Amino acid sequence: METELYQLPISGEQFRDDVVESYSPKLAKKRKRQIVVNKIENGDTVPEIMANTRTAPGIISMRGCAYAGCKGVVLGPTRDILQITHGPIGCGFYSWLTRRNKTRPTSPDAENYMNYAMSTDLQEDEIVFGGEKKLMAAIDEAVALFHPRAIGIFATCPVGLIGDDVHAVARAAEEKYPGINIFGFSCEGYKGVSQSAGHHIANNKVFTDVVGQIDKSKEGKFRLNILGEYNIGGDAFEIERIAEACGLTLHSTFSGNSIYDEFASSHTADLNVVMCHRSINYLAEMMESKYGIPWFKVNLVGAETTAKSFRKIAKFFNDPELIERTEKVIETELAIVQKVRDEIKPRCEGKTAIIFVGGSRAHHYQDLLREIGVVTIAAGYEFAHRDDYEGRKVLPNIVVDADSRNIEELTVTPDETRYNPRISEEQKIEREADGFTFSDYRGMMPEMPIGTLVIDDCNQFEIEKLIEYYHPDLVCAGIKEKYIVQKQGIPMKQLHSYDYMGPFAGFKGAVNFYREIDRLLNCNAFKFAKAPWDESPELTATYGYNS
Amino acid sequence: MLLRHTPTVFSERKALTVNPAKTCQPIGAMYAALGIHNCLPHSHGSQGCCAYHRSSLTRHYNDPIMASTSSFSEGSSVFGGQANLLEAFTNIFTLYNPDIIAVNTTCLSEVIGDDLVQIIKKAYEEKKIPDGKIVIHANTPSFTGSHITGYANMTTAMVKYFAKNTGKRNGKITLIPSFIEPSDMSEIKYIVTEMGIKYIMYPDTSDVVNSPMDGHFRMYPKGGCPKENIIASGDSEAAIAVGRLGTMLATGLLDTQCKVPVNAVDLPIGITATDKFVDMLRKIAGAAVPESLRKDRGQLVDILCDMSQYTYGKKVSLIGDPDILLSMVQFCRDAGMEVLHVLTGTPPGKLKLEERIKEICGENVIVKAGLQCDMFMFHQLVQNNRPDLIMGNTYCKYICRDMDIPLLRIGFPIYDRIGQSYVPIMGYRGGIHLLLKILSIFMDRQDRDAEEENVELIM
Repeated sequence: METELYQLPISGEQFRDDVVESYSPKLAKKRKRQIVVNKIENGDTVPEIMANTRTAPGIISMRGCAYAGCKGVVLGPTRDILQITHGPIGCGFYSWLTRRNKTRPTSPDAENYMNYAMSTDLQEDEIVFGGEKKLMAAIDEAVALFHPRAIGIFATCPVGLIGDDVHAVARAAEEKYPGINIFGFSCEGYKGVSQSAGHHIANNKVFTDVVGQIDKSKEGKFRLNILGEYNIGGDAFEIERIAEACGLTLHSTFSGNSIYDEFASSHTADLNVVMCHRSINYLAEMMESKYGIPWFKVNLVGAETTAKSFRKIAKFFNDPELIERTEKVIETELAIVQKVRDEIKPRCEGKTAIIFVGGSRAHHYQDLLREIGVVTIAAGYEFAHRDDYEGRKVLPNIVVDADSRNIEELTVTPDETRYNPRISEEQKIEREADGFTFSDYRGMMPEMPIGTLVIDDCNQFEIEKLIEYYHPDLVCAGIKEKYIVQKQGIPMKQLHSYDYMGPFAGFKGAVNFYREIDRLLNCNAFKFAKAPWDESPELTATYGYNS
Repeated sequence: MLLRHTPTVFSERKALTVNPAKTCQPIGAMYAALGIHNCLPHSHGSQGCCAYHRSSLTRHYNDPIMASTSSFSEGSSVFGGQANLLEAFTNIFTLYNPDIIAVNTTCLSEVIGDDLVQIIKKAYEEKKIPDGKIVIHANTPSFTGSHITGYANMTTAMVKYFAKNTGKRNGKITLIPSFIEPSDMSEIKYIVTEMGIKYIMYPDTSDVVNSPMDGHFRMYPKGGCPKENIIASGDSEAAIAVGRLGTMLATGLLDTQCKVPVNAVDLPIGITATDKFVDMLRKIAGAAVPESLRKDRGQLVDILCDMSQYTYGKKVSLIGDPDILLSMVQFCRDAGMEVLHVLTGTPPGKLKLEERIKEICGENVIVKAGLQCDMFMFHQLVQNNRPDLIMGNTYCKYICRDMDIPLLRIGFPIYDRIGQSYVPIMGYRGGIHLLLKILSIFMDRQDRDAEEENVELIM
């Protein structure tokens, strides 16, 4: 990609210096390293950004906790793993259906626990005397009521502190119910510095306790898994549709519209493609080490990027028929997309956006916005690490701090019987010469215009400042930020929940998104924020009740 | 089916809660704290708690919900959260400049035993709290009670920290409402104002979580009870707990701390309960019931009588929070409806919920309250005895769709419709809104389900 330049009306450096002036000296020092003006040298060398560090206490942050990352993000979207939150009632309540992970059971009787929120609802007595007994009893009751194949147990803050061992209970329960795979997640909310810790914890347990449990594969010539696609608003449905049209066999999606058996046999697929690098790169890496499945990064948000990603997948399998079929699908789909884009782009061209969300969406959605001429002038992640900004090339240089060290890093060795490199080292090198990059993510910054702002863990105060300095036409973030922005008459797009719309991935998703951005930028409603008498308050008439 | 695994046959549960009919204390505390003017709620725990509570309240109100967090790390969970809270005070006052910070604890800070009284004292000593600024706190452990308990605890903290008896009564009546919508808080103020009574009301979230859009974001919107009024509530002539479970702890303290005579009344939903409320105000304040309220009442009664053919004998099942349930049940009876089930996950404490509901509805009503009383149980109940209407929060829609039963959205949270923060259900005028909604539901059903020859033009 060629390097673009964007001249902010007030320089990013000025913005940064002005913003940190409002902070305490301690906080200013830290935030200064998390607000970076983008530069790109030698193709993909970008400035260092501080990321994955603690949010300062008192700051109105966008971030959530490890439990949200583990139960909410990674495991939540799967429909037939019965999920029990072990803790007081709140955590289970708030994560009940709120992330909009859609799922489509294959038959009216197929298991679907998605609409059930289960909790041990720990009470004071159990906090004092321990909650393991209650957890075991809850598992007994859940088994009797639902007869699940698999149960996941999710620890909340107090559970870790009172010393309840969810793993021991899971083992004991498994002995009692040998036909059910029962596993626990130590995803107490205080772990790590954000949701990110929870992703890692989820990846580890799914890898050790689920992946590899079933050796039977799905039929199909080109079998792959998509990692880090959570089917918010039906994104995975659209991706499934395209994959099928191309002739690919989507073995398993982690974890949108997924089932346990697909997870358990995902090691039989021949390729892993990674959507949300942040939340699932661990699993991709571990599956490569243990089973020899190569992985590469894709982006299925944006029509052009979707086309590019499917081309890359076809090229990986290197089958002329697959390549041809994929090209045909792309041609047909892009023609439809193009029509809508032609209609909408003139109305959106030249508008500006800021995006603060997630661990990959702040990157992915820039492509989609670019397709209709909207420039992203500032972006950042809520819970990403340096590699998501700067690319995986910086991994060896990332200093592991105390918060990250507490999250277990598994040592993975090749499986004695099942390790099977899908492509040899020579083939890999050959492909790389051909422009392929395996096990890599370039990061967001090399793809953002030079001169734009990159802000990690951006908070409410800084969004306010961005609005004040740069008057963006569109703000993309989450529900907590939504109405702060919209009260100012600026349209705001939620990119966690999509404002209850979607899909936005793939080709149909691109069309949906263009239309949605068109609505936000051009809907009359937003023009009424200021009343006429506020625009021109001077009076000329003299009829007045108050005179 | 969305809830395909819910069996119709009951089995006893002692440990597993499925689809809860309550949530945890801190969110109630956060909501209450939003009802003080220029106050920033602060959650002392992991940042996830604050994120969840803000998200949930934002989805319910479609309005900014501002609150900060101590952002506990694993280290603070081991060594205590004092350092985090002190740093939070510095950052909050530097950056957000509230007059008051209202700290609520979480299960995490409760389990590690953070002593908020001591930490706040230290913060004053170390000048982390600027002159004139105030920090209050409530203990809100998530492992007891529910969001209603949290609301009650934070409201009680307002009394504890602020209410002062100077020895001179101020001619005002203090109203402490339960966990209700800002629209209902406004309606209560309307009634009291119409009666010409001087009052103090807190918490008051009206004009905070239903603020207008005028091109400006205000971190502290114009609503909320000013702290001066909360202080002055200690000098009020009398206090009324409007709703009981969410309020009586606070009014109780107002009594013991400031010797304010206390009364309690059910939330004014429908004719009977609103009559009792108005009558209580009349007697306590020695005020006459004005023409405006007589007219409001008359209109409600008018619709109730005129349209009673559509409500009489209709079967209703309700799920929600005790104070609202109690009055809603009364309203259902006002309209001649038959109440089949009433369920809440909130422990009813001293409310005598079952006894009172049976007094209102008769012995046949099934009342479930407390642990393991959840939406899963509610679903089983309605599967076994089908109502014509379900009243409850958004999560009921899964039951209602599966069973093709209409839903009247009442309570918290309502994530999928808008209006509850603008249009009241309390007072006589709120009663009209509520009744119109119920009538629309039943009449739309009749239009949809009638045989062709029975479609009525005039209803």
